[in-house]
Amino acid sequence: MLWIAIRMLTGDAQKFYGLVFGIAFSTLLITQQLTIFVNLIERGASGVYNVSSADVWVMDPVSRTTDVAYAMPSTALDKVRSVPGVEWAVPHLRAQASVRTKDGDLEGVAVIGVDDATLIGLPKSMVEGSIEVLSQPDSVIIDDVGTTRMFPGQSPIGERLELNDQRAVIRGIADAIPSFTSTVVLYTKYSQALNFVPGTRNRLSFVLVGAEDPLQAKALSERIEDETGLKAQTRDEFAQDGIDFIIENTGIPLNFGITVALGFIVGVAIVGLTFSLFIRDNIKQFGALKAIGVTNAKIRRMVAVQAGLVGLVGYGLGVVGTVFFIWGFSSNPTFKGFYIPWQIPLISLVAVFLILALTGWLALRNVLKTEPASVFR
Amino acid sequence: MGTPIDTTAIGGCRPEAAICTRAVTRDFQAGQQTITVLHGIDLDIRAGELTFLVGESGSGKTTLISIMCGILWPTQGEVKVFGTDIYELSDSDLVEFRLQNIGFIFQQYNLIPSIDAANNAAVPLIAQGMDRLEARERAVAMLEKLNIGDQADKLPRQLSGGQQQRVAIARALVHEPRLVVCDEPTAALDASSGRRVMDLLRDVAVAEDRACIIVTHDNRIFDLADRILVLEDGRITHDGKDMPEGH
Repeated sequence: MLWIAIRMLTGDAQKFYGLVFGIAFSTLLITQQLTIFVNLIERGASGVYNVSSADVWVMDPVSRTTDVAYAMPSTALDKVRSVPGVEWAVPHLRAQASVRTKDGDLEGVAVIGVDDATLIGLPKSMVEGSIEVLSQPDSVIIDDVGTTRMFPGQSPIGERLELNDQRAVIRGIADAIPSFTSTVVLYTKYSQALNFVPGTRNRLSFVLVGAEDPLQAKALSERIEDETGLKAQTRDEFAQDGIDFIIENTGIPLNFGITVALGFIVGVAIVGLTFSLFIRDNIKQFGALKAIGVTNAKIRRMVAVQAGLVGLVGYGLGVVGTVFFIWGFSSNPTFKGFYIPWQIPLISLVAVFLILALTGWLALRNVLKTEPASVFR
Repeated sequence: MGTPIDTTAIGGCRPEAAICTRAVTRDFQAGQQTITVLHGIDLDIRAGELTFLVGESGSGKTTLISIMCGILWPTQGEVKVFGTDIYELSDSDLVEFRLQNIGFIFQQYNLIPSIDAANNAAVPLIAQGMDRLEARERAVAMLEKLNIGDQADKLPRQLSGGQQQRVAIARALVHEPRLVVCDEPTAALDASSGRRVMDLLRDVAVAEDRACIIVTHDNRIFDLADRILVLEDGRITHDGKDMPEGH
């Protein structure tokens, strides 16, 4: 009977494609929007992800994220270095600045000062040039997203910038995860950054710490807090704080939530309408089957198989569509590094299941309500 | 010519009766009003006969046939099909009883449009759990018996009305039921096609151990009946070989 159920469904090509389209569209909308949402909010932690070598981030107790930080006195670095379990600790400066290009354009940039000696604080890899270029005078390394924004279609290497009235020369391009706002980022040595950024009494944004035992990073962060009075967080905790900050302080979750809900509602509407039309068109056949002696349990299984087939094909197409979308836009800086977390297709699958369970149940009610005797009317 | 029967004279079910109804009544609710469609029907249908159930629209023949084949519960009364009191069965047993013992030929055929003639005819066997290929083989054999074996691979929409009717007949007989119920089998056919279908039904559906009931008001085929039951306002008013005068 299940074979008959599938043939009943696929035999009506128009409705079958309508159902598949409904599910595929819903899956695409839900998966794609959730993927963009997750990747966007994860950019709230890009500053942490870009410095993969730091096990613990130490900051002023009021600092919240890499972009919302209150500077500490430079003595904080020595305090942290004195804590047992700290293998190394380096200064890290993050500040905003204005840059004027040679064409006279003004752009807001983030300046990141990394440790002069070790260069800890730079992204792991370079697109062009090497990290040693920072040894040259006035050197900065620009991130790849910044390159496409400030120098579209041309190489920025050798370009001179006016950075807060200071001369800066771009000598390398870093392969970095863009920030939430895709701000242009300029990396330079800590000592050089102090020149680029207007002076205040305290300039040290963070102290980056390497733990003697990286597995004990949590315990180390607690020890640093106890002994220095500063705020210390493990890499994962601080990354999560960056993500939470975006969730709590922007309308993004609401906007994406609305789109995901719309995807669900559109799916229910399209699939529900098409499914009920399909059932209505076949109600006489279902009635005849019931009269012949097909049990309600078998009818339920038939409708479940029909829903399952539609779900399987539609869901597959929707997920593949999302993969193609992400892949197609992967060269666009806005989508750089985007990936589909495994939880998202699972969420879409649950949504598809709910859509089909709801619409299938509504359609099934009509079938089960149909009296076998109606076939004689 | 038959004569009106005295239903009150009938006692318990005779052992040889294929179908036996006793005091079958059926009411329908229309708002606050209760409409009695069947008034205490007592009836015995014998196997090996082509029995016509005849009556005007609204006379209750569809209700009676539905009750006799176990798809509509009577308000009161008893219905035995080949000795089984079908409304004493559980719901699932009744469905199974229909699947094993009753073949249906619907006026609209109700074939599944997306499967071919052979698979349509095989539906009762598939529903019984038979392997689909084996069921199809038996269905093709039945279609050949009905002279449309060459149409086995065609979809219903590729068949004429008469051919679809034969597929519906094949579906009703493929599982060798003991009771065959036909609803207006000639209503959509011209006179000659109608007679051909009736001849066919007589050939394949009527057997010593099988009862065949045909609901019809097509007077072109009354002469083919072994027995005609006339239903008027929910009562059997005639039981005989021929139609009564004035009908």
